[in-house]
Amino acid sequence: MSSRSRASLALLVLVLAGCDREERNARGAPLPETGPAQQAALAATHSDPRAKQYENVSFQISQGQRLYSWMNCVGCHAHGGGGMGPPLMDEKWRYGGRMEDIVATIQKGRPNGMPAFEHKLTEQQAWQLAAYVRSLSAQPRQDVLSGRADEMSNTEPQTLDERKPVKDAAGSEPKGPVK
Amino acid sequence: MKGWLRVRLKLLSGAVLLLSATPFAGLAAQQNGARPAASASPAEDGQWTMPAKNYASTRYSGLNQINISNVARLKPVFTFRVGTAKGLEAAPIVVGSTMYIITPYPNYVWALDLAKGGKPKWVFRPHPKPASQGVACCDVVNRGVTYSNGRIFFATLDGSVFAIDANSGRQIWRAQVGNINKGETVTMAPLVAENRVLVGNSGGEFGVRGWLTALDAGSGKLAWRAYSTGPDKDVLIGPSFKPFYAKDRGKDLGVKSWQPDGWKIGGGTTWGWISYDPKLKLIYYGTGNPGPWNPEQRPGDDKWTAGVFARDVTTGQARWYYQSTPHDEFDHDDINEQILLDMPVNGRMRAVMVRPGRNGFMYVIDRASGQVLSADPYGFINSVRGVDLKTGMPIPVPEKKPKSGRITRNICPAAPGAKDWNPSAFSPHTGLLYVPHINLCMDMGVMETSYISGTPYLGAEVKMYAGPGGNRGVFTAWDPVRRKKAWELKEDLPLWSGALATGGDVVFYGTMDGWFKAVDARPGSNGRLLWQTKLDSGIISQPVSYRGPDGRQYVAVMSGVGGWSGAIVSAPLDARDPSSALGFVNAMRDLPARTKAGGRLYVFALPR
Repeated sequence: MSSRSRASLALLVLVLAGCDREERNARGAPLPETGPAQQAALAATHSDPRAKQYENVSFQISQGQRLYSWMNCVGCHAHGGGGMGPPLMDEKWRYGGRMEDIVATIQKGRPNGMPAFEHKLTEQQAWQLAAYVRSLSAQPRQDVLSGRADEMSNTEPQTLDERKPVKDAAGSEPKGPVK
Repeated sequence: MKGWLRVRLKLLSGAVLLLSATPFAGLAAQQNGARPAASASPAEDGQWTMPAKNYASTRYSGLNQINISNVARLKPVFTFRVGTAKGLEAAPIVVGSTMYIITPYPNYVWALDLAKGGKPKWVFRPHPKPASQGVACCDVVNRGVTYSNGRIFFATLDGSVFAIDANSGRQIWRAQVGNINKGETVTMAPLVAENRVLVGNSGGEFGVRGWLTALDAGSGKLAWRAYSTGPDKDVLIGPSFKPFYAKDRGKDLGVKSWQPDGWKIGGGTTWGWISYDPKLKLIYYGTGNPGPWNPEQRPGDDKWTAGVFARDVTTGQARWYYQSTPHDEFDHDDINEQILLDMPVNGRMRAVMVRPGRNGFMYVIDRASGQVLSADPYGFINSVRGVDLKTGMPIPVPEKKPKSGRITRNICPAAPGAKDWNPSAFSPHTGLLYVPHINLCMDMGVMETSYISGTPYLGAEVKMYAGPGGNRGVFTAWDPVRRKKAWELKEDLPLWSGALATGGDVVFYGTMDGWFKAVDARPGSNGRLLWQTKLDSGIISQPVSYRGPDGRQYVAVMSGVGGWSGAIVSAPLDARDPSSALGFVNAMRDLPARTKAGGRLYVFALPR
């Protein structure tokens, strides 16, 4: 390489370095909880293959039922009819009724009083619990639903319940994959 | 001072004479000698400055323009939408020509100008934390504001106490007393006495440790806090504590009557009513249920839950305590009102408090010593056999004891008791106590539960239904001296509204399907219905009466169904699950077809 071309290469490097100096990250990276990266992660779970695996397996639903009692869900939501918390056996879902939405609600909590359970449950347990919550409105396949209610108050077995359409709080059916 | 007192007394007796001079007084049967504690019930001034009307908690207005013969002509004068649609339990407060009301969460406080037909003067929005809704057992209610010395005092659901200027609505101070992360909320109306703002916490269903807090009314600074469980120093038990019964004497019983550390999450919340005797300088209030509901997880008496405390108002030091339901097995909170009366007991005048207890007994307790003078059932009870007056202890019924692995059926009264929070009224004119209450029984199953901070700590499931007779509500006129009912009205729905007694011998109350009723107060009347009107939504608030700026008598009440009993409508809940709202929904399945959620103030008067 000639000294001339060597000089022009050095000049080029200097010029390019000057360009780099003008490129600044003015706003910093968004916080992971609210940023697009997290949104993307949530969107990805909408096609999460675990949804079907958990909600269409009797074992997972009955594990979820035990957790529902153990984590004191019953105190607020009763056996689906609600109380301090909203009912879970009807077709209205304030924060979405898909498996992924329910898992997010359980893990992160919601602003009107639903506490976050992410440090109290494993990820697997959150999915099991979500599967049971969906079974309260007969969302999973009929042949995996429990044939009898466990609790003393004797709600109707879920197998006698009809599957409800999943709606948001305003009563409309959200777009996108539901099952 | 003494001369002044004498003048006051003369004025009082003058007022009594005036009252008896009304044409309707002659119709009242022979008076039984019961009257409100004089120092706690000043002469009628036409206002209504605290939810209980006065420190004796009579909820009686001496006004008598509205009476038995003209009440049927009552007409609405104005109404006001309060801006919420949850349970409205508060009493409207009237000071001079202004009315103050507080809504459920988000706890708006409205000042309405009564000289201008109820036009709003100002609104104060305290912005409580939204998450408090999730730890509010049984709807997001508030039981009222209170007025003292130019200021309005109230608490928000998320556990803040506010003092605001009554004229301008500007905030003077704010004190955070509760922590929602532990499940603590505040729903009660504060009481102001001797420059102390007294307020307690709610959250007995969340393993909260109950307390009553006194703040300095001027600055909002903490004066004292008395816990309902734990060591004596926390409960403010010292040398002046002289309980009447031997079982309540001993060191640190608030620790020893629990299994290790149980008292730390043991309940005993204070969310009901406080009365005050200015002569004895004692406040009186009840403590709530122990936590969890499952009694197997907390062997022992669980002191000092489910009982009544007398405390020095200035220092908070306990004077006496009586536990009406030791080792509570049925969520029989003891937070109900206490009415301070002077009345003959076995021929001798005694200074007493009368308490319609959650457990179904009408207690008459000596308010200086804490001795139970009588305890008679005012509703159907099969959960205990009676109260042994020698020991003060209820006599248990072993077959009603909840046990894990079985369901105990037909426990009466149910978890909300023979009467819940909604307060009674006492008329010095008839000598009767008017008690709005309920007639529910329940099935109960218990199972072990674990404490998770900020979640319900119950370990029990309940299913409620109507008690004997099938009527879920009862309105009882009780003669505290003769210790029996004068008359009683059966109501189909549980009664969740307060009662109001007036000098015209008319008693008011509301029903959960929205009927506002006026009945004949007199002992021989059998509670004859004089007038009723259907309001927008069910009534669970406390009616009041006052003299307006134009000199006329008014009656005010708020309609807005909700609360534990009405959450099926205001939440709304799903009636297919009988365990909803801790089992109350099973008894309220018909309510959604009979009323709707709402929130409106109604003011009535006779036509000009």
